[in-house]
Amino acid sequence: MTEIPAAPQRRLRVLAAMSGGVDSAVAAARAAEAGHDVTGVHLALSANPQSFRTGARGCCTIEDSRDARRAADVIGIPFYVWDLADRFREDVVEDFVAEYEAGRTPNPCLRCNEKIKFAALLDKALALGFDAVATGHYAQVVTDADGNRELHRASDMAKDQSYVLGVLDDRQLAHAMFPLGDTVTTKDEIRAEAERRGLAVAKKPDSHDICFIADGDTQGFLANRLGRAEGDIVDESGTKLGTHEGAYGYTIGQRKGLRIGTPAPDGKPRYVLDISPVNNTVTVGPVEALDVTALTAIKPRWCGTAPAGPGTYTAQLRAHGGETPVSAELVDGTLHVTFDEPVRGVAPGQAIVLYDGTRVVGSATIATTGRATAAA
Amino acid sequence: MAYLDHAATTPMLPEAVEAMTAQLTVVGNASSLHAAGRRARRTVEEARETLADALGARPSEVVLTSGGTEADNLAVKGLFWARRAADPARIRVLASPVEHHAVLDAVHWLGEHEGATIEYLPVDAYGRVHPEALRAAIERNPDDVALATVMWANNEIGTVMPIRQLADVAAEFDVPLHADAVQAFGQLPVDFGASGLAAMTVSGHKVGGPYGIGALLLGREYAPVPVLHGGGQERHVRSGTLDVPAVAAFAVAGRIAAERRDWFAREIGGLRDELIAAVRAAAPDAILGGDPAPAGPDTLGRLPANAHFTFPGCEGDSLLLLLDAQGIECSTGSACTAGVAQPSHVLLATGTDPDLARGTLRFSLGHTTTRADIEAVAKAIGPAVERARSAGLS
Repeated sequence: MTEIPAAPQRRLRVLAAMSGGVDSAVAAARAAEAGHDVTGVHLALSANPQSFRTGARGCCTIEDSRDARRAADVIGIPFYVWDLADRFREDVVEDFVAEYEAGRTPNPCLRCNEKIKFAALLDKALALGFDAVATGHYAQVVTDADGNRELHRASDMAKDQSYVLGVLDDRQLAHAMFPLGDTVTTKDEIRAEAERRGLAVAKKPDSHDICFIADGDTQGFLANRLGRAEGDIVDESGTKLGTHEGAYGYTIGQRKGLRIGTPAPDGKPRYVLDISPVNNTVTVGPVEALDVTALTAIKPRWCGTAPAGPGTYTAQLRAHGGETPVSAELVDGTLHVTFDEPVRGVAPGQAIVLYDGTRVVGSATIATTGRATAAA
Repeated sequence: MAYLDHAATTPMLPEAVEAMTAQLTVVGNASSLHAAGRRARRTVEEARETLADALGARPSEVVLTSGGTEADNLAVKGLFWARRAADPARIRVLASPVEHHAVLDAVHWLGEHEGATIEYLPVDAYGRVHPEALRAAIERNPDDVALATVMWANNEIGTVMPIRQLADVAAEFDVPLHADAVQAFGQLPVDFGASGLAAMTVSGHKVGGPYGIGALLLGREYAPVPVLHGGGQERHVRSGTLDVPAVAAFAVAGRIAAERRDWFAREIGGLRDELIAAVRAAAPDAILGGDPAPAGPDTLGRLPANAHFTFPGCEGDSLLLLLDAQGIECSTGSACTAGVAQPSHVLLATGTDPDLARGTLRFSLGHTTTRADIEAVAKAIGPAVERARSAGLS
């Protein structure tokens, strides 16, 4: 008796976003190998598409676009460059600058996933008849028994990028494909896979920087955009300790580069506690004052239905941060979060992503933090 | 597969392939004095005579180059330098704004680095330069004009220029006129001798010859300053060892293209008309770019193999992707190197709205085009336009 073959996985029309890096190239190759009808697209996001930096990393150069095209040719898929520079400038770069100007610390990669890759790009892809957008992110989309889609951490926690995807809603997830998400592997193994597939990007350096800041000098970029705005550096009592050249140049929890002449009375290092764009002051103080036990976060986005009532979760507060247990409740559209243990260096503007085990529940943008004093 | 991008490159003619492969295994530098060199030289000179014959030129007027881009650069820069050397007052370059980038960027470079004053000639809505416009530009100061350059026919929208009349105007003022005839050769009667041009560019791979070979037709009284210096080949205007197999194949392709020109205009032009009708039937709001009239004895019209459309509300890139997915290969305009689509300078010069100019497609037919290719477009274009329109302009 012959075995009845399993129903083949549906062949999807997939648009693979290819940055020119090794991860997205391998992701596209895997999607094609899985039998999908894959088309590669490189997003031209730089305001100056002519920029060409030797050894450049990121996603905005002619060199990257060539690397992506070369990979697509080897995989054997059509390849196009789509110019989304205007949308990117509006939704990501200007947002980034405005957030810093307002004394907050934004994550532009999150914004790009929310507004560009899984919005502008996805919408265009769907309109053109594609079923899904594939990227080289490490995360997993799982469909539960009831057919609901869930976003989960990558199999390999060390590589997990679900944090920067925590902004995706159910509809976006329904059309997202992450071919690398179920891989427990080292970067070397992904590079080896790229090599095996004949992809020349196998040896290309990783991109860590913010792609639209070519030289990695965020402070210089902000100074150029926002200009010099001298103000005071004060302690918690309001006593002036020094001056700064622009409050946007500071991040909560920052210790280095404060350039305060007088040492703290107790001789211990001081940290940035608060940035106030209104009076253009930067407040510094002891490390204990960085402890946060509660926060509120706005603009919540849920990977599925919004949770009803209070719940306990684990939270991640930055792209490469660890997990911490929290209680959270949505009240009138604002997320109220209480930490089981105090956490340090939490800055408004950052995203908080809530997890239930490996499942991403949702995310929100931190608006205010509640500080416990050392005595609390 | 429906290949409708012949203006980018067209398949090599079997006769050209044969001529090329026959030469590939034969040794000989055409500049050498021994028997092998003499044999190579004979092949080159016979090819030169063939090309001259196909283009209404004298053999000595055929300067072989590595292709159209090099020929354009040699004409524009070389004539500029030579004319300015003869009289330092001559620094003005007159160019149509719809030129191929090989001309446009060379002109621009002269402006940026050589102190040239660049003046773009006005064009009408079809992208055509009128002789009066050239006259008006020269008359502003006939003594400071180094050269003028106007393409024979536009590569994107197909409009044919009044080359003879333009050359007459230029000749009145002793201004050398160069024409990029890369798209015209094989499609229109191109007679260098009768044209009155000082210089004219042609390319091998656009007429069924190999890549990497072209020629600048150059009146004998002109001695442009070389762009490539070296061994002094090609009238000391273009140095470099000649590519004998490519030269031989180019000549065969050029001869056949000239011989078949009437057939091409009639048959391929007929298929092109069917394609235009089919696109209009499927997408009634599509705008035909360039002069809608056919090229004829009394009309300049458009290239017989060109069909250029603007689809309002569509991104040309989207259309390209959708058609490509169905095996229909065309282009949004001329190929762009950076990969990022920019509104075509040709359309902008004709006064097209920049947003509208993003929704263009160029179908260019060639000697291998069949009715089945046209039918494939007729079937696919309607749904593709509908879908691209729903995707909108990003």
